[in-house]
Amino acid sequence: MSLPDLSALWLTLQLALITTIVLLIIGTPTAWWLAQTRSRLKPVFEAFIALPLVLPPTVLGFYLLIAMSPNSWLGGFWVSVTGDTLSFSFAGLVIGSVIYSLPFMIQPLQTAFEGPVKQAMRTAASLRASPLDAFFSVAVPMSVRGFVTAIVLSFAHTLGEFGVVLMVGGNVPERTRTISIEIYEHVETLNYGDAHALSAILLVVSFLTLLSVFMFNKRYPAHVRV
Amino acid sequence: MFGALANCSEPQARSTATVAVATNFKPTLEQLAADFETRTGYELETVSGSTGKLYAQIVHGAPYDIFLAADQARPKRLIQDGRATHQGRFTYAIGGLALWSPRKAEITPDSLIEPELSRLALANPDLAPYGLAAMQLLDRLGLTETLQSKIVFGESVGQTFAFVSTGNANLGFVSAAQVLALPEDVRGSYWLVPRQLHDPIAQDAVLLEGSGQNQAAVAFFSYLQSPQAQETIRLSGYRIE
Repeated sequence: MSLPDLSALWLTLQLALITTIVLLIIGTPTAWWLAQTRSRLKPVFEAFIALPLVLPPTVLGFYLLIAMSPNSWLGGFWVSVTGDTLSFSFAGLVIGSVIYSLPFMIQPLQTAFEGPVKQAMRTAASLRASPLDAFFSVAVPMSVRGFVTAIVLSFAHTLGEFGVVLMVGGNVPERTRTISIEIYEHVETLNYGDAHALSAILLVVSFLTLLSVFMFNKRYPAHVRV
Repeated sequence: MFGALANCSEPQARSTATVAVATNFKPTLEQLAADFETRTGYELETVSGSTGKLYAQIVHGAPYDIFLAADQARPKRLIQDGRATHQGRFTYAIGGLALWSPRKAEITPDSLIEPELSRLALANPDLAPYGLAAMQLLDRLGLTETLQSKIVFGESVGQTFAFVSTGNANLGFVSAAQVLALPEDVRGSYWLVPRQLHDPIAQDAVLLEGSGQNQAAVAFFSYLQSPQAQETIRLSGYRIE
């Protein structure tokens, strides 16, 4: 059996990495706000963020297809700025993946930011640490486990993404043909050799990714006390 | 004739047949099925997808009775492999390829080389015969290389249609029947590709192995070759041999 084309695997790893970085940047302040807020709207935001857990990817994919069309404001804006359509592009997949994996980043972080971290932050504030300073020198080190879980789950969940990519990707080689799409196509064209090889690779990569988080969690307690 | 068939069947046992249909033909099949059901009292269930996808499902034992493919190659292969009955593979329709846009501006072959074209949608040629015909056309026009970076693939001709109708792709190669099935005010504009520019999209029907005893399947198989059915198929935008 010859080695299948691995470009889809690299594309998928890039997508997962970029998605995770974007999620870390927008997910951290959001999770922090959710952990601190006493707003009556908190459950509304929490439910909204958890939606991708229960919605079928077809619903998300359908809305994205509408939103990314050059006829819509988002798609039209994107075309006027980049000259390229958002659908069928790598950037479009990043946006889809960020939404799709949002709860996997925010929920572990929010859990980590609640509880003892709040107490420690109050202590830091009483010692006149600036909020930002306190966040990075107190909250972040105390929430290492939450960060690792959030990062690994977001990454792994994006690796396994299928439905949304199928609906808005357009199966373009080296741009939107991710490994899950490639496997699907191999199965449908009865090309089982390549389907087996790529599936095995994805299985091993996913397992190792998850193994890393469980091994890490075993070594680290849920909250590191200062 | 169909009434007689219905009477001598054992209605409880097999009065329902499952038809696996290539996406392009689904709207036409729905019309045919409605007529067939009122005439005979049998019921049809339909499953649609790209020809390649349905073929793969059949190879894995999907419980379908009739396969309405969008090509001849896969029905032939099913017969060779003993998965479809020998008797009665026939061409139920010959499809037309259309280059389509929901906008009103006139679509011509030149639309393919306009600079405003940013995305051209076609069905995955490995799975969908209409995609294969579109690739043959682009090859023949010498445009494959030029358009490579603009091409996006729908999983079936149905998804290709959706890419274009939502405006995500400016243009797409779909089946003429899909375009004609649209109400006139949203039909936009299309170029019907001359048939000598690609291999004919001859769509074959086969009765799948084990369904020879299914009265509903056998009845629909012969209904499909009746003049009434052929008229409906022709009106939907297909040619008949």
